[in-house]
Amino acid sequence: MTTFALRARPGSSRQLAGTGTLLRFALRRDRLMMPVWIAVNALMVLSMPNTLESLYGTPAERADLIRQMGTNSSLRAMVGPVFGDSLGALTAWRVGVYAGALAAVMSLLVVVRHTRDEEESGRQELVASGTVGRRASLTAALLAAAVANGVLALLLTAGLTGQGTTGALALGLGIAGVGMVFATMAAIVAQLTESARLARGLTAAVLGAAFVLRAAGDSATDDGSSVLTWVSPLGWLENLRPYADERWWVLALLAGAVLLQGAVAYGLAGRRDIGMSFLPTRPGPATGRLGSAGALAWRLQRGSVLGWSIGFLLAGVVYGGMTEGAADLVGDNENARRIFERMGGRSGLTDTFLASMTGMLGLVAALYIVASVLRPHGEETSGRAEPVLANAVGRLRWAAGHLLIAFGGSALIMLLAGLGLAAGYGKETGPILGACLVQLPAIWVIGGVAVLLHGVLPRAAAAAWGVAGTALLIGWVGPALDVPQAVLDVSPFGHLPKLPGGSMEWGPVVVLTGLAVVLVAAGLAGLRRRDMTT
Amino acid sequence: MTKAITVSGLHKSFGRTHALDGLDLEVASGEVHGFLGPNGSGKSTTIRVLLGLLRADSGAAQVLGHDPWTDAVEAHRRIAYVPGDVTLWRNLSGGEVIDLYGRLRGGLDPRRRAELIERFELDPTKKGRTYSKGNRQKVALVAAFASDVDLLILDEPTSGLDPLMEEVFQRCVAEERDRGRTILLSSHILSEVEELCDRVSIIRKGRTVESGSLADLRHLTRTSVVAELAGPPNGLANLPGVHDLDVQGRRVRLQVDTDELDAVLRSLSESGVRSLTSTPPTLEELFLRHYQDEAAA
Repeated sequence: MTTFALRARPGSSRQLAGTGTLLRFALRRDRLMMPVWIAVNALMVLSMPNTLESLYGTPAERADLIRQMGTNSSLRAMVGPVFGDSLGALTAWRVGVYAGALAAVMSLLVVVRHTRDEEESGRQELVASGTVGRRASLTAALLAAAVANGVLALLLTAGLTGQGTTGALALGLGIAGVGMVFATMAAIVAQLTESARLARGLTAAVLGAAFVLRAAGDSATDDGSSVLTWVSPLGWLENLRPYADERWWVLALLAGAVLLQGAVAYGLAGRRDIGMSFLPTRPGPATGRLGSAGALAWRLQRGSVLGWSIGFLLAGVVYGGMTEGAADLVGDNENARRIFERMGGRSGLTDTFLASMTGMLGLVAALYIVASVLRPHGEETSGRAEPVLANAVGRLRWAAGHLLIAFGGSALIMLLAGLGLAAGYGKETGPILGACLVQLPAIWVIGGVAVLLHGVLPRAAAAAWGVAGTALLIGWVGPALDVPQAVLDVSPFGHLPKLPGGSMEWGPVVVLTGLAVVLVAAGLAGLRRRDMTT
Repeated sequence: MTKAITVSGLHKSFGRTHALDGLDLEVASGEVHGFLGPNGSGKSTTIRVLLGLLRADSGAAQVLGHDPWTDAVEAHRRIAYVPGDVTLWRNLSGGEVIDLYGRLRGGLDPRRRAELIERFELDPTKKGRTYSKGNRQKVALVAAFASDVDLLILDEPTSGLDPLMEEVFQRCVAEERDRGRTILLSSHILSEVEELCDRVSIIRKGRTVESGSLADLRHLTRTSVVAELAGPPNGLANLPGVHDLDVQGRRVRLQVDTDELDAVLRSLSESGVRSLTSTPPTLEELFLRHYQDEAAA
């Protein structure tokens, strides 16, 4: 499907015609998404000095932390090594890698959205028929990503000046640099695949691999000098050492990668037909075995269930392996212990750690259930549901397949997370599994809200993401910020017994499960009665 | 004759828009029924009500003896539907979709499936995202024609098909009719409707404005006549029902209400007819008349 044919090269100046217009258009389309990504990222980083100040206020506490990080390889895998004891250095250590990863996700979404998405939907054809150069769209997408990362770098540098301008500049540029490395990476991948979804998935997988390589490298060495760390762009960010005798030449690595990848993307973009890709789409079977709405639902969702299952199992194993060490570290810090206790149970620090990890996985599983419950909504708005429902398939039967996967799938991934935790920790299998499964009623309540929205207010179905996001925010940030209990109680997760360690309370479990059942029933009743959206 | 579809006094509004405003429709078993109307006149809304995807505000509808809303699943076992804009799953092949739809209906005839794939020149191994518009329509058409059903509901099914495939489509519809199946065909391709349909209903603004066989409908409209006469024409202008009279020497062009054709012919033959062409109104003229009425209203 690809065409490498030698064609007359149009004048290079004309290849970028229309870039300015397209860039303004891209920024206008992203006027909501981009500021949100930037704001969340900046808030996460800029709030860190205060949080760290309250956790590690005295030099003794900081020295203790640094000593712990030197000896605890599993914690180093999670957040990387510490290079200094100033608040700036601790901030760069605690959130640098995560802010870089967040900037990378933002960048890859922006680039794919304005390149492969446009081609796949066919919109690009209309755009390209105007006075628009062959490489204008790619340039506009990369410039849009550069604008976003530039604004982010500016905000971070300005916001962290209080901790020292040089370090602030290094951290801001490093984070934005990682963003641009993944922007240009996405630009390459978008040339290779025909589907935007696959392009996003592959680039995100590269990001995941970069994180794993850095984690592996950091668990092996305590100064970021491992080859594995140096292979990963996230490792470069760490090795830039903001606030700890910056190594400015590392920025050249980031810039070099951006230029190299950008050149590759440009080369590919000029050599292919619009809408085509370098990775051909494989043909499928000429006949199919799908014979029911349920089988179709499974076929549509099985990839996502598999991905979440693997992710939860691995996360379980990693957190399980960290449990002993984490408890040691937290045990030395009064404030951290208090936060962990508010997040989790009251007795035994390993139990508290396990409880907070299962609670965190439960919150993430709420995202799975919302995505899965809203799948039929996507089918409906895309027009694919209509011909299916014009067959001998009742609406309830059609929805039931997806709901079974959503609600059953959430149980499956929590079970796998529990098995992973137990395997990684090496004991307490029963209590850990119980702690994971006790999250389910709260997850199901969130799923139930999504079912209700889809059934009764299909136009507002996406608000289910807001509900899950709110629960996530309350669960993650609430305990650290001394939020009043009344706010914590808004989230169904706030009512769950703190396991392991706490005592099992059946009351909230039964009530939340009942609530979930009522929400699902009400949603399905609404779905039966309403018009299908077309 | 039994009715496959009966609809009377159907109302449906979306907010302040009245999509259907007392629509009537009758489709007899075994006929090909053309369903015509300008864009936005309510054809697709009617079809979605007939499929139980939308609930009518008031009015009665029966499809194959079932209430389309409460009894949707029972009715759908005997129905195959082709929308005007087929969307497929990006990672399922055309063949998988055809088989899925067949199984979700009354079943699929594998021999007919293979034959149709060949006739429509469809590659069933391609994935949904790689089909062109016309090929996506073919996937749905093959699934519909190969399914074991009694009623086919086709909503502008040939959009995107090339003229060769359009011909294949028309032959398939004729075959389905010969097998005794009922077809409701919503279409803008009037030659296609004229070729295939036993009866048509024309709707406008959610209401049925004409319904009947093409012969019936033609009766209500004008025939154009072109004649060359032996002598000068006489008194044509005074005859009732004559429009757009254009006399140039002995050559006459006129339009006449079909009811008054006889009187015009008599008047022409008094002058002696050398040659005569009489063209019945095309469906297009018929349709345009209703459409222009609407524009004038």
